[in-house]
Amino acid sequence: MDPASLNYTKTHEWVAVEGDIATIGISDFAVHLLSDLVYADLPPVGKKIVQGQPFGEVESVKAVSDLYAPVSGEVTARNEKLPDNLDLLTSSPFGDGWMVKVRLSSPGELSNLLSQTAYQSHCEAEKH
Amino acid sequence: MSYLFSTADEQQQMLQRIGVNSLQELVAQIPVGLQLNRPLNLPPALTELELERHLREVASRNVGTSTRLCFMGGGAYDHFIPSVVDEITSRGEFYTAYTPYQAEASQGTLQSFFEFQSLIAELSGLDVANSSLYDGGSGVAEAVLMASRCTARVGRIVVVGSMNPEYVQSLQTYLVNKSTEVHVVPTPTGSADLADIEQAMNGQTACVLVQHPNFFGGLEEVAKIAELAHRHGALLVQSFDPLSVGLLKRPGDLGADIAVAEGQSLGIPLQFGGPYLGILACRQQFVRKMPGRLIGQTVDRNGLRCFFLNLQAREQHIRREGATSNICTNQGLMALRATVYLSLLGPTGLKEVAELSCRKAHYAADRLSQINGCELAFSSPFFKEFVLKHSLGSDVAIRMAAAAGVDIGPALNRLPGMSWLSEEDREQGVLIAVTESRTRDEIDTLVAALS
Repeated sequence: MDPASLNYTKTHEWVAVEGDIATIGISDFAVHLLSDLVYADLPPVGKKIVQGQPFGEVESVKAVSDLYAPVSGEVTARNEKLPDNLDLLTSSPFGDGWMVKVRLSSPGELSNLLSQTAYQSHCEAEKH
Repeated sequence: MSYLFSTADEQQQMLQRIGVNSLQELVAQIPVGLQLNRPLNLPPALTELELERHLREVASRNVGTSTRLCFMGGGAYDHFIPSVVDEITSRGEFYTAYTPYQAEASQGTLQSFFEFQSLIAELSGLDVANSSLYDGGSGVAEAVLMASRCTARVGRIVVVGSMNPEYVQSLQTYLVNKSTEVHVVPTPTGSADLADIEQAMNGQTACVLVQHPNFFGGLEEVAKIAELAHRHGALLVQSFDPLSVGLLKRPGDLGADIAVAEGQSLGIPLQFGGPYLGILACRQQFVRKMPGRLIGQTVDRNGLRCFFLNLQAREQHIRREGATSNICTNQGLMALRATVYLSLLGPTGLKEVAELSCRKAHYAADRLSQINGCELAFSSPFFKEFVLKHSLGSDVAIRMAAAAGVDIGPALNRLPGMSWLSEEDREQGVLIAVTESRTRDEIDTLVAALS
């Protein structure tokens, strides 16, 4: 997936929308901040997630961090390869490292998200 | 006991060290109106000789298991404690109740907790145990909260009524500000009816909570209850007696997902209000939802074996409000006692303690139920404890035993909840537990006292 075409949250999740299906992951910036990842807890298929609410967890050697839903909807798939291959998040955060796919329940929410440019300035600001 | 000095010179040294001149200056921040400004209303100090005589006299009025015969049950038991347990746990290197700060600097303590976890995992038949909680009741409550996290269900907890009623109270206290409903399935016959449990289940039930051997000493059909719970997408949480696995199948073998226990039986003396020992173990897949401290084994930079606090990221000091529990400590000294006790017993000793307790309890039950006006309240098979009904009422029975220097109880009419017991069982029923410590003569003394 081309990072420039994605939408982002201030909490570092990204979304790619195709029809009414959104694919969700976390950005390379987030993966870098978390450092050594040891565990990911993703919601089961069928689970309803809500924009801005936690939908899963990633654990690094330093901390457990919540994953916040960038959009609302029902989970239609999760990346079953990911929990046992967390390296995918480092090697391909915007591709093979995707986390879940959801069927959008409120497509209008997409307007709350950031463009890549806006997200990058947010990250720059967070570095300081 | 240590003799603690606090001479005027020493007080002055301490004040100087922190840069104040007098005790008055030290407490100057406290508003004058709140200061006492007069000596405490105490009698004149005693000499050491007088004090020792006074304390000895007061202490001689204590009544305990060394002066009377204890057949009391209901969650804490008079099992034998080999003196090696005291010898090892009172060593200066170990004698603290607390997990030290900079835990990894105390490798000996961490290793003893690691051994404790290994022993508990083996006893429970499950993959992983934490390094202990406060007591059996806190274990039950934490296990239920954990089951909610594992299943993402918070609607209902189904509790089999033969559970220790004080554990149920602890659970209700932990849940008081949550919407989770504690649904107790009555067990008026002394053990669970599967159809009643089935009826209590719904799609929001996080777990079924069952005690085996149960509060009345009786056995439950845990494997069938586990199958039932799993069929409804719920977990099975079993509260068990750690010594019972010398004879009975382990919780993990019966299908339990989380096992909890009161560890007092493992080398911890009977004490009014504790400290006791909470035990919690679970299947590997739930380890990240587990509360409490977890010690891991690894190698240091020189390749040598060492121990460390593992999976801390789920704990309160890192995860804040998202932590699995607010517990950030363990019952260190009591866990050490259990570790020493279990290491001494080994598998053979554990089997012997369980068998002796069970056989003696059955001898006592046989003899007692032959007394005119006495019978067992329930017909289910039991381990080391049973409910005896006395036609004169449990209060009279307890007084008759007490007059002969024997303690039994608690009486069922003193227990919270359990309103589903029959009037007769409530008024006449009293718990009697028999451990390996009791002799045939002592059991016969009890029988004579109740005849």
